[in-house]
This record gives sequence, structure tokens and C-alpha cells, in this order.
Amino acid sequence: MKTEALRRRRPAGAASGDPASQGKTASRAGSTGTAARKRSSRVAYAYLALPFAFYAVFMILPWLQTIYLSFFNWDGIGARTWAGLANYLNVFRIPQLRVAILHSFELMIFFCVIPILVALLLTALMTGPRRPRLGVLRAIIFVPQVLPPVAVGVMWQWMYGDSGFINQVLKWVGLSGVARPWLASFSWAFVAVGLVGAWVTTGLCLAFFVAGAQKVPTELYEAVQTDGGGLVRQFWSITLPHLRGEIVIAATVTAITALGAFDIIYVMTTGGPGTATIVPGVLVYQLGFTTFQVGQASALAVVLSALVLLVISVLRIFARERP
Amino acid sequence: MTTRLGPLATRAVFLLAAAGVLIPLLVILTTALEPASSVNTGISWPSHPHWGNFQAAWSVAGFSLLMRASGIVAVSVVPVGVILATLAGYAFGTMEFRGKGPAFGVFMLGLAIPYEAIVIALYYNLKAVGLTNTYYSVIIPLIGSFMPFGAFWMRNHFAGTPTAMIEAAKIDGASSWTILWRILLPNARPALATLAVLYFIWSWNQFLLVLIMIQDPDKQTAPLGLALFVGQYTTNLPLLSAGTVIVIAPVLIVYAIFQRNFIAGLAHGAIKG
Repeated sequence: MKTEALRRRRPAGAASGDPASQGKTASRAGSTGTAARKRSSRVAYAYLALPFAFYAVFMILPWLQTIYLSFFNWDGIGARTWAGLANYLNVFRIPQLRVAILHSFELMIFFCVIPILVALLLTALMTGPRRPRLGVLRAIIFVPQVLPPVAVGVMWQWMYGDSGFINQVLKWVGLSGVARPWLASFSWAFVAVGLVGAWVTTGLCLAFFVAGAQKVPTELYEAVQTDGGGLVRQFWSITLPHLRGEIVIAATVTAITALGAFDIIYVMTTGGPGTATIVPGVLVYQLGFTTFQVGQASALAVVLSALVLLVISVLRIFARERP
Repeated sequence: MTTRLGPLATRAVFLLAAAGVLIPLLVILTTALEPASSVNTGISWPSHPHWGNFQAAWSVAGFSLLMRASGIVAVSVVPVGVILATLAGYAFGTMEFRGKGPAFGVFMLGLAIPYEAIVIALYYNLKAVGLTNTYYSVIIPLIGSFMPFGAFWMRNHFAGTPTAMIEAAKIDGASSWTILWRILLPNARPALATLAVLYFIWSWNQFLLVLIMIQDPDKQTAPLGLALFVGQYTTNLPLLSAGTVIVIAPVLIVYAIFQRNFIAGLAHGAIKG
């Protein structure tokens, strides 16, 4: 350790190691510095070349192409005809598309708000001067996050089915009048699908919050406790303010999940009954690959990515305000 | 009073939440063991569990091929994806270079682009070069789309290593490659393991991309096979449930093995940035 410290004190110019990776120190040494910095840049670019190539060709490029396609009418085979902004106007004019956009906002209540509230409650219960670890239970609560969404969809189709678990429970408690095939109900299918989203994302939010809460020194809680503050005050005055960053991250990740929701809904309802559970993801697939209105599908996809960017930006502003 | 009651109440609430997670899994398991004609999808342990349903589902839905395809995709995506993420994270986390800020911004933009916004053009691009209906049409786009998270993840890890260690090695004449290989990677094992587990789960679970790219039944992956199976055999619920359990099993096993470090690592690693 000592020699390392000594070595570090040697002047930068005296070291003749790999000049390429010395950008920061060498730049102070004037003209040779800029040369070294250029070389250092070249090394960094070399490391970035391959990752960037994959990312650019298979993500950025198709994204830009989708934006381009959104200004045309195209059936995927014949000639493209210029459509101007028509496909975008349709997103807000055609009821089915408009409903899908509205649904994606409503889904955020189920994918973000409910899971964050539930996870905060669970976190509040395990913070304080004495902290239970509950490792196994927390690991179980995280499980839905790793399951294939297709399988989650199938599982919950059974749960909500006519003779499924939900109705079974309702009959046990004497509410058989309420029991129904939930996913076939125009008024309940959306809530049913949304709650599956909450089931999936709660474990992730909890993981973020517990990790954040573990960094809070226990003395803070002891201090509040000596002042006579109970669990509620410990939560409001210590846990919640410390978790602001984690809440923003959880909200961002779950919002992206909500807006991009496809698998679960496609498997459970394919957007039905009617348009009760239609979301942009399902519509992009149907427009793009079953009815071949490629331009329209692209415009909806572009609106969807704009919504994601909008939500992320709002959350970032929220993260900066109120120190 | 509160100190003694507190942990008990906490445990009870967590037990309740865990039960909420386990019930759908139990439903699918018990349904998978019912006789073929059953329409019962509630919870009740069947009097004569039909373990043969798993075998039947396996052969009827052709799970040998489906699992093989999923395996090929995951085994290709994970190592290549992790290596490329390491290279990008190394540059972003430890080096100074021109255009670093904007370049990182471009990478992070990818975190906000949903699959829906790229699959349409991607399909026509890959069709034009004859790659649709091949494993490549899933493997390569997955590597590309995982890149933003991977670069972000490894950058966070490398940025957290003490600069003194890197500086000392540089002064000793170590090349940038030696520094990565000899100094940084040995310490990066937990971060790499978490990333590999994530990549495995994500590529195993991927649905939309496979649904669009692969029509050839011999090359479809397990989740797509399950979705099509559900569409075809809507009447034989036990068989469908058995199929679902089969598709879930690999990710659950991987998760069970790594969960101890996985959750904590994931939460800390993602927040550090």
C-alpha cells in the first residue's frame, strides 16, 4: 500500500506507462498533454466501438427508421405513400388509439403508484432501531419480477377464471353474487389486468426501498424514539425523506414497464373485451403485423416513446426539486 | 410493548404479501396435477395427482425444441452481452475522453425506448438481409437492446473502484487492457454475476421480439410456444398449466440459486448511478 501511495506522488510526466490511458493527469502538462488526451480518447473509442455498433444498428437505427415510417402509409410490401402528420392525428382522432393512450396512463396507477405505496408500507414496517431481516420472505415477494410475463398472464387467467381462485374465495366468504369471469367483464377486466401489473412490480420497488432504508443510520430512529415518536413519525421524518431517490428510480422503472406493457395483456385479454384493456403495445403489434398498417403502427410507437421520455423527464424534475 | 409486538406484526404483514405471491404459483401447480378434463383452477390438492401431465405437455407442445431454442438464445446473449457491457462500462467508468457526456447520454436514451418502438423497422431490416426466422434475429437485437442497461450497470461498478488502484497500475506501465483484465475484473465478479443473471432472465422471458421474428415452429422459444399452446388447447387446462410450470422452472431455478446476492446487488447497483 505504501509504495502505491509513493508512486502516486511522482510527477505525471515522469511516468512512461501506457500513455493512452493517462488522459487526466497528462493533460496538465501542456502540448504533450493534448496529444496524450487524444490518444486516451482513441483507447476509449476502441473499447466503445463494438458495444456502440450493436446498440446503434439494432436499437437507435430501427428507432429512427420507425420515426421515418410514421410519416408514410405502407402495407409492408407495396409502395409507400407520403402521409404527412395524418398517422399522428389519427392517434388522437381514432377512438381505439386514443383509448389505448389513456389506458397506458391509467396503467401507471397500477404499475407504479400502488406498488410504491405497498412497498413503502412494507419498508416502513421493517425500518427502525431494530430491523428484522426477513430475507426469505423478501426473496419470495420479488419472484413475480423474474417470471416470464407470458406465464404470469396464463397464471392470472386461471386466477380470474369462472372457477378460479378469486371466485373460489368470494364463494367461501359468501359473496358468490359478486363472482364472475373477471377478464370477460367490460367494467372489471382493466382493473383485473392492472392488478397483475401491481403484483409484478411491487417486489422490485420493495428491493429498491429496502436497499435505501438500510443506509439510514439506526441512531436517527433511536433519536426519534427517545423523543417519543412512534412508527408513523419515524416513517414520515426519517425513512420517507431518505428514500426520495429510490422512489424516483422505482417510479421511472415501473412507468417504463407500464407504458411498454405488452406480454401480460396480449396473453390475458389481447386488449378485450372490446377495447376494455387495449394498450399501445398490443395495438402496435396488431397494426404492424396483422392488419399491416405499418405507418400507423409506427406513429403510435413514436407517440409511445415520446410518452416514456415525457414521464421520465417529469420524474427527473421532481427528483431535483425540494432538496 | 411496541418493541415486542412490532417484529411479530411486521412478520405477519410480510407473510401475507409472500402468500399473495405464492398463491397464483400454487394454483398453476395444483391445476397442472388435475385430471385432463378438469376445469377447476382454484386451489385444492388433487386426490390423485397426475404427474404424467408434465410429460404429456412436454411432448404435445414440443418443449424439447422450445427449451432448446430458449437455451440457444440465452447462452448466446448472456456472454456476448456481458462482455460488451464490460467494455462499454470500462470506458465510461474509468476513462476521460472527448464526447464522453453526449456518448453516455446516447446510450442512456436506450433505457427509455420500448421494444414496440423498434420492432417494426427491425423486422423489415432483418427480413431484407434474410435473417428473420433465424436465432440471430432474436439474439443480436437482444444484445443491442440490453446494451444501455449493461453499460450503465458496469459503468456504475467501475466508477466505484478506487482510482488510486488504477493510477498505480498505469504508473507501473500496465496497459488499459491489463488494468481491466488483471485489476478490475477480479473485483467485478459480483457485478458481472448479477448482470449475467439479469440478462439470462430477460432473454429467457422475451416474447414480443420472438413473436415477430420467428414463425418457424422449430425455432420458437419457450414463452412463445407457451402462448401459442394456450391459444390451441384452451380446453385442457391441466396440460396448459403443466406447460406453464415447465416454462417458469428454469428462471425460478436460476433465481433461487442467485437470489441472495441478486436482489441486494440489483438494488444497490441500480441506485449508485
